[in-house]
Amino acid sequence: MEGQTQARYDAEVDNLKDTELRLGLPGSDEEPKKAPKKRGLEDSSVKVPAETGPTAKAQVVGWPPVRSYRKNSIQMVKKGGDQNNEKGGMFVKVSMDGAPYLRKVDLNMYKGYRELREGLDVMFKCFPATKDEFAVAYEDKDGDLMLVGDVPWQMFITSCKKLRIMKGNEAIGLSSSP
Amino acid sequence: MKVQSAMFYFPEEVIEHIFSFLTHHPDRNTVSTVCKAWYKIERLSRCEVFVGNCYAIRPDRAAARFPGLRSLTLKGKPHFADFDLVPPDWGGLAGPWIEAMARSCPNLEELRMKRMVVSDESLELLVHAFPNFKALVLVSCEGFSTDGLAAVARSCKSLRELDLQENEIEDRGPRWLNSFPDMCTSLVSLNFACLKGEVNLKSLERLVCRSPNLKCLRLNRAVPVETLAKIMNQCPNLEDLGTGSLLADQFSEAYVSLISALQKCKKLRSLSGFWDASPLCLLAVYPICANLTGLNLSYAPTVQGQDFINLIQHCVKLLRLWVLDSVGDKGLAVVASACKELQELRVFPSDLFAAGPATVTEEGLVAISTGCPKLNSLLYFCHSMTNSALITVSKNCPNFTRFRLCILEPRKPDPATNEPLDEGFGAVVKTCKNLRRFSISGLLTDQVFYYIGKYAKALEMLSIAFAGDTDQGMTYVLNGCKNLRKLEIRDCPFGDGALLADVTKYETMRSLWMSSCDISLRGCKALATKMPSLNVEIINEWEAEMEENLNNGVAEVISNNNNKHINNGNDERKVEKLYVYRTVGGPRTDAPDFVWTL
Repeated sequence: MEGQTQARYDAEVDNLKDTELRLGLPGSDEEPKKAPKKRGLEDSSVKVPAETGPTAKAQVVGWPPVRSYRKNSIQMVKKGGDQNNEKGGMFVKVSMDGAPYLRKVDLNMYKGYRELREGLDVMFKCFPATKDEFAVAYEDKDGDLMLVGDVPWQMFITSCKKLRIMKGNEAIGLSSSP
Repeated sequence: MKVQSAMFYFPEEVIEHIFSFLTHHPDRNTVSTVCKAWYKIERLSRCEVFVGNCYAIRPDRAAARFPGLRSLTLKGKPHFADFDLVPPDWGGLAGPWIEAMARSCPNLEELRMKRMVVSDESLELLVHAFPNFKALVLVSCEGFSTDGLAAVARSCKSLRELDLQENEIEDRGPRWLNSFPDMCTSLVSLNFACLKGEVNLKSLERLVCRSPNLKCLRLNRAVPVETLAKIMNQCPNLEDLGTGSLLADQFSEAYVSLISALQKCKKLRSLSGFWDASPLCLLAVYPICANLTGLNLSYAPTVQGQDFINLIQHCVKLLRLWVLDSVGDKGLAVVASACKELQELRVFPSDLFAAGPATVTEEGLVAISTGCPKLNSLLYFCHSMTNSALITVSKNCPNFTRFRLCILEPRKPDPATNEPLDEGFGAVVKTCKNLRRFSISGLLTDQVFYYIGKYAKALEMLSIAFAGDTDQGMTYVLNGCKNLRKLEIRDCPFGDGALLADVTKYETMRSLWMSSCDISLRGCKALATKMPSLNVEIINEWEAEMEENLNNGVAEVISNNNNKHINNGNDERKVEKLYVYRTVGGPRTDAPDFVWTL
């Protein structure tokens, strides 16, 4: 049973890679892009980070469509007495260069950087993709623009005030990390 | 046939009497349009009014039209507000409605509201303005506290029903239960399951003791087994019970008492609650399972595996079952073999992260459809679904009126074939001729909308997310679904072409919601210009962001004047959230800054 589930997940990962626009963190592997099967908005510029294990699925605001009341109950059960979701989650704005409007994500909904990347992936699919590379940066408490991924996840979500998905030419400086 | 002219010779009282047999409000709406005489007779005799969108008509006008009103049902925010897609302070205020009713409809007895914002002050006004007030039902509402509940308890002389379902209620302490006066003995239904805080247990016991007519009682998690047992002993006629916390020690007096109390409740048909349920307490419930028609375990993650199977196999008369997906395909297979009368099934996710272990799959759904052919209402959250499973399900259960399937990962294809799920959902609309409500998910192309437009002729409400390829998809739906009343769309590539494909269609519908799609301000303005009978509202939270992101190429320093926003900017800007609805009330007067009416 386990093995089958694993194989199924791996198959799904391969399918996702084939067809989806990914946002890759700097330093991740590049793979040759295959033709997208879905609607024609996606274009090239696929950077696929090496994936192992079951793919974390995307988290988006308002998805899955479960009433807030019920969502809070689930989270209360999961976290026991420690609910920082009573206030409604850790929503931060996400801007993407060239996109006409911003989105918001609840950082509490993600377990780590990979899930966050997947979530942003799904969220920004609607916008016309360009051939440029993308880097994900965030603004911390001091107002500085930082590259996402350097610090442990828990530290990140407490210091992140805003997310920004940056286009190729601006991202290059951030991409070339040692 | 001279039936029509014959009707004019009947005195008004006779026509009114004939109308009294029309309880279905669409029927009453229809007869009121026949002629002026009938309009007048109908409106003066109307007791129940249903307002599906609180902004479709001004409260004053509704109140003036139906002075004899006894029961009012109101719905406020768009459905997607349940999923945090509508900003707080959007609207849906109950205050103006309660005030209007207070002025014109003194006979009001019942008020049911869904997704509205109700203040404590409004609740105070409610109970003081209507001497015959009997029933308050609030679903998914917010804006009030336990102080408001205290006001209702205190002042209603003959309160019959206080039903609070999944509301966000500010907890200001347990004293509200004390506010029911000693002479209040009229309670038939009390549901405070959604209250998060403590309740005064002694007050609760006393209240139950003096309510001989109590048929429905739903407690919150703060009520322990000891109190439950005492309460059950007082109301052997209870039909609907929501337990509190079901945690008890095997040798405790409370547990023994609970067992004997439950066995006395011969009329118990519906159970819910089950918070923290221990396997032991579940044992106490077995003797009454055989008569249950409704069971809600969706807030009881502790009831899974063999515990669930042991419980459900006794529930042979079950019509309605709500569970968590942690019962697994195995649990659903037992449901399929035991609950042959099942009509409604809801399977909720126990983990919002789709990356968790797969708990229910298409197998569970197929098993249910095979074992429960009477199934007509489904809400199913799962990790994946196949076309062949959906085709089998629709063959087994052609009677679906409500079919909502949510695959947790957006745009996920059929894992067996890697294809979209067009054919599977298409099979559902082809076979289920009475389908009124439909929610779809997974990887979907325009083809599924072709099927929906072609076959789903009875469809009234459609919810779409992360689906479709081109404007044609939405156009198929608008053109084909003759009875469509509510259409809600998020994250789909539908643009102005789709929005403007059939603008008069929106006048036949209650509302349209589109968020994170491909529509522009130009398209929305065009819609507003062509259809003055609609309110075309845009929710824009990006004005403040524009100031911070001047490199986006969108111009201008923003002032507080809405008109400047709309007319000075670039019309090609994409619209984040659009809400369109028909109305006779004109533009909203209470719209916040971020809601623009075009």
